[in-house]
Amino acid sequence: MATPEYKLAFDGGWEYDPAPESTDHISVRKRYGLFINGEFVAPEKGRYFDTINPANEEKLSRVADASEADVDKAVRAAREAYRTTWGRMKPAERGKYIYRIARIMQERSREFSVIESLDGGKPIRESRDVDIPLAAAHFFYYAGWADKLEYAFPGRSAKPLGVAGQIIPWNFPLLMAAWKIAPALACGNTVVLKPAETTPLTALKLAEVIAEAGLPPGVVNIVTGAGKTGAALVQHPGIDKIAFTGSTNVGRIIQKALAGTNKKYTLELGGKAANIIFADAAIDQAVEGIVNAIFFNQGHVCCAGSRLLVQESVADEVIAKLKDRMETLIVGDPLDKNTDIGAINSMMQLEKIQSYLKIGKAEGAEMHQSSCRLPKRGYWCRPTIFTGVSQSNRVVQEEIFGPVLAIQTFRHHDEAVMKANNTPYGLSGGIWTDKGAKIFKITQSLRAGVIWANTFNKFDPTSPFGGYKESGVGREGGLHGLDAYVKLGAQ
Amino acid sequence: MSAKKNRRIAVAKTYKIYIGGKFPRTESGRYFTLEDKQGNVIANLCRSSRKDFRNAVVAARKAQPGWAKASAYLRGQILYRTAEMLEGRREQFVAELVLQASTQRAAEQEVDLSIDRLIYFAGWTDKYQQVFSAVNPVNSSHFNFSVLEPTGVVSMLVPDSSSLLGLISNVAPAIAGGNTCIALASESKPLCAVSFAEVLHAADVPGGVVNILTGFRSELTEFFASHMDVNAVIYCDGGKAVAKTVQELAANNIKRVIARSRMDWSGDAENPYLIRDTQEVKTTWHPIGN
Repeated sequence: MATPEYKLAFDGGWEYDPAPESTDHISVRKRYGLFINGEFVAPEKGRYFDTINPANEEKLSRVADASEADVDKAVRAAREAYRTTWGRMKPAERGKYIYRIARIMQERSREFSVIESLDGGKPIRESRDVDIPLAAAHFFYYAGWADKLEYAFPGRSAKPLGVAGQIIPWNFPLLMAAWKIAPALACGNTVVLKPAETTPLTALKLAEVIAEAGLPPGVVNIVTGAGKTGAALVQHPGIDKIAFTGSTNVGRIIQKALAGTNKKYTLELGGKAANIIFADAAIDQAVEGIVNAIFFNQGHVCCAGSRLLVQESVADEVIAKLKDRMETLIVGDPLDKNTDIGAINSMMQLEKIQSYLKIGKAEGAEMHQSSCRLPKRGYWCRPTIFTGVSQSNRVVQEEIFGPVLAIQTFRHHDEAVMKANNTPYGLSGGIWTDKGAKIFKITQSLRAGVIWANTFNKFDPTSPFGGYKESGVGREGGLHGLDAYVKLGAQ
Repeated sequence: MSAKKNRRIAVAKTYKIYIGGKFPRTESGRYFTLEDKQGNVIANLCRSSRKDFRNAVVAARKAQPGWAKASAYLRGQILYRTAEMLEGRREQFVAELVLQASTQRAAEQEVDLSIDRLIYFAGWTDKYQQVFSAVNPVNSSHFNFSVLEPTGVVSMLVPDSSSLLGLISNVAPAIAGGNTCIALASESKPLCAVSFAEVLHAADVPGGVVNILTGFRSELTEFFASHMDVNAVIYCDGGKAVAKTVQELAANNIKRVIARSRMDWSGDAENPYLIRDTQEVKTTWHPIGN
């Protein structure tokens, strides 16, 4: 492990005292059934699986494994609710239900934050300040659209699709549930949602909120399970729309599976975003931006800035400062408020990241990791950078989904753009410079759906999110996110 | 075509394909014959191959960034110029439609609608962005806006029955929005598509922006749907089997798939959502420091 050339002067001896968030105010049941037709029911085949805390590998709860029969039951409930209640309700009343969800989530935000960090491994600072507030805000934003849809599509009438099947990933469990459910409900659809198998708990807590908000039974159904459950949902003939967030490989399988059906779909898939640092950038801010881009949420972010493109003249300085800054990152207990980087979400993901570390080294890149201590139990990965990589290296082309950054240099902005665009992905990108014209030139040239200029990894309910090329189809968030949940017709 | 009065021998037109602003014959050397109701040969057309399609994709990809960078005003003027050129050749297109079994009246109507449709989309080039883009009031100290950008290269299996109007109703909105395209002409009525390529050429549409092939739909559909450097595929009609094939193959590179089946091309095809179908939404964030 290489040592940084100089260190930030903390004068040594300063240790952060543990500052753990307490868990005594949360309630997690020992076992969860499936949330179908407004109540928790046991799975048909009686199968359950464990959901564990990735920071200590201890079991948190047991969760139902939904079979085809369970999915069928959920879809039928959603169809019935669409036909009898939700689809017929006055839009303004629909909106009021969705506002209720937002308000209850805000009231219970602390509980949600803690459970999110327990089940998924992300630092409490992030679940508290990002995931949960944004999830509530998402419901609040789309609630207001329910009775205003005619203003969103000039010249057209917007009708609901029917029943939406929604499959979400484990990196932002509650936030992704909100991204999916809120616009679907606002547009008058009913929902069957499948959370990721490693992070089902906050979705099940959301089911409680939905019941508490008094939504008619069947409007939102939540079925837990793994890939098989998702496949049953995709293939169910009673579904009108599939919304999926996850890997490009699974997205491709889903797009193929939907071929020949009339199901609408949106896909939010993988990414390999380039974060481009120009010599005229504010370097210290850019270094903070790099850290936020790749180490936010352990790098389990589809739009993570997992490639750094740094202008050659400042490359040494940027990399030295980055290594220095990496040394200060605290990896450890997700519930500790001082923690910067939490636990890797699962053993499977840790193994995948580790295999990429081997691949990177085998391809000739130079690896550097911070020297932080790691807890003994649980799944952990030190913040990692690769230098000396070339465009064709797998760590440059493929999505690792961990705290691993591949660093390349460039001389001219055309070279930066060419390298940035040279992957099959096109989800996001970043640019750091103090020159306005350069910002516009580069942001226009990047083939990606979300571009952060002099910032990174910012999200908002009003801001459309989604990819170009193999990063997906469709947008979520904002006015443009409504499109995924309506069919447009002549007025 | 007849030489009854024995004045002069008519000069028959050779119908070729249109790739990268040039009119080559198919590299495969194959042809198919178009006959009138009496079985007389109207024309021999290029039976385009997979290689022709690949060449067309290369041409379309090469032309795309320049066309996307052309100002909306310029794209509008070029589309308008296309309408002007078509108006000037109105009689030729009517005659070709009649030759392909249309009535005089229906033919005239189709050509008139085609000209008007070009004008319609010419007028949208500098307006759809204003209708569909947004400034997003984010809950943080950032300026955030979403604009439309062309998705890139679009392949099109255009309608068989509406051979001119259907072609134009698919090509015009795609290129109005800065995409480049490859269209497979109507198989049963291919003449107007080739003549329309000449109109595009005369109207200064840059080479490669529109590429037009003739040939067999059953042979070429899979290539239009599967090519890895095509960003979106539009298919019109063809039934369930075609829909399934196109959608399955399109998934290889997560293509945008746009189905335009059972459209009423004379009425249903004038709205800016046809432009939006082949657009991407790009959202940009920047701090505003307050």
